[in-house]
Amino acid sequence: MSDVAQSGRGRVEFEHVYLAYEGHDEFAVEDVTLSIRPGEFVAIVGPSGCGKSTFMKLATGLKPPTRGRVVVDGVPVNGPLKIVGMAFQAPTLLPWRTTQDNVLLPLEIVEPYRSRFKRERGAFAERARALLATVGLAGYGDKYPWQLSGGMQQRASICRALVHQPEMLLLDEPFGALDAFTREELWGVLSDLWQQQRFTVILVTHDLREAVFLADTVYVMSKRPGRVVARREVDLPRPRDLEITYADEFTSLVHELRERIGVIRKA
Amino acid sequence: MAAASRRMERAAPWLLAAAILVVWEAVCRVFSVSEFIFPAPTAIARALVEFAGPIAGHAWKTFWTTMAGFSIGVAVGLALGVLIGSSRFVYTALYPLLVGFNSVPKAAFVPILVVWFGIGATPAILTAFLICFFPIVVNVATGLATLEPELEDVLRSLGATRRDVLFKVGLPRSMPYFFASLKVAITLAFVGTVVSETVASNDGIGYLMMSAGSSMRMPLVFAGLFVIGTMAMAMYELFALVERRLTGWAHRGQAAA
Repeated sequence: MSDVAQSGRGRVEFEHVYLAYEGHDEFAVEDVTLSIRPGEFVAIVGPSGCGKSTFMKLATGLKPPTRGRVVVDGVPVNGPLKIVGMAFQAPTLLPWRTTQDNVLLPLEIVEPYRSRFKRERGAFAERARALLATVGLAGYGDKYPWQLSGGMQQRASICRALVHQPEMLLLDEPFGALDAFTREELWGVLSDLWQQQRFTVILVTHDLREAVFLADTVYVMSKRPGRVVARREVDLPRPRDLEITYADEFTSLVHELRERIGVIRKA
Repeated sequence: MAAASRRMERAAPWLLAAAILVVWEAVCRVFSVSEFIFPAPTAIARALVEFAGPIAGHAWKTFWTTMAGFSIGVAVGLALGVLIGSSRFVYTALYPLLVGFNSVPKAAFVPILVVWFGIGATPAILTAFLICFFPIVVNVATGLATLEPELEDVLRSLGATRRDVLFKVGLPRSMPYFFASLKVAITLAFVGTVVSETVASNDGIGYLMMSAGSSMRMPLVFAGLFVIGTMAMAMYELFALVERRLTGWAHRGQAAA
């Protein structure tokens, strides 16, 4: 267990949050109230254009809410948080850096690592190598991102999001661009990392199976304006194996959520 | 078969150049074109050898004048490009002015520069600078402005300052654009220098061509043309090489994708 879970940080609370983008009358997200426990794995699902990505920006403080407030660890958010790691559908690795140097990037920016970076470069590099090894990229640290496959790049991207031991990991459809086999393999990788380190995860996805397989709690959002229309706890035992995706309780859960989204469509 | 065709491809530009020279020479001989109108390649070669000393002197003058103007152009172009590319406000304020400035033919500045600085190296350096900095500004600014928003989010959510974003991502990312613009800028800088030298200097290749032309020594004029072309081409190739060396990731990245 890492320090993060012990200190119990990474609690996120949304209190009646509204957000309208500049120049739009309509809200992108509307009246969102939810509470995420430290170390909880939350998935947010919904049809495209439901404000899932907006939700991410609110949770990291990249966008301030128009109304309501976002509170992280008891402190209202009013600027970009420094304790989060992010990964997106595109791996967004820097092509002029080796994979290992890409993973090290957050340590060059986030304190307290930043001021120690020059002195402890060796130790940090070792940490990056170890992290890459846990996602199956041992020996690929010296390769450039464009020499790796899409799935490998996405693994490296997740390593970059985690290397500074953030209390919150925000994932915006991180597996969306991958083939089904790679995607399911990476579910396992992410799940293992989370089991070991217990950071808070907010996963935005439109893959219901992904949400149910990975998350403790699934929130369903409606189409614009984005509202939370359902909250469903997933009580499947952990650690979860891919086998479980064929079990009845899993499929019935997916069905249930699917129906929720279907209802939104008609409404 | 493939190796042979690749050899052929590599030899093609040389073969074409040689063919043009042969045809040129033949036309001049067959129609006995006067050397004062259109000299044959052999006459140009003779002039090159005969006046090798003075040509080298003038070429050297033109070369360092161009490099001085080009260096100022790189410094100013880089600074302006970073400024414009990283601030919306500066972009909106400055860009239309720059475009307007760039639309003015730079040769039109030479008389003004002569009034201010007299004839000689200074107006040539400044003309070279004025003509070459614009593509650098545009390319660097483009490189910075097209930064992927996700990447900026990743960095900002780590608490990166604007300075961090600029140095860690913006600048490295715009380097391929920068080096691509250097290739264009160096050839433009030669144009600027020669234009200024032809009207406002007592040395340099531009002056050499002007004075040789006024005394009807056309082979020498063409020799000057050949030398300036060779210098500009050599510098272009040099910057192309630097570009491939320093930003190979950009080109290999595309090849792999």
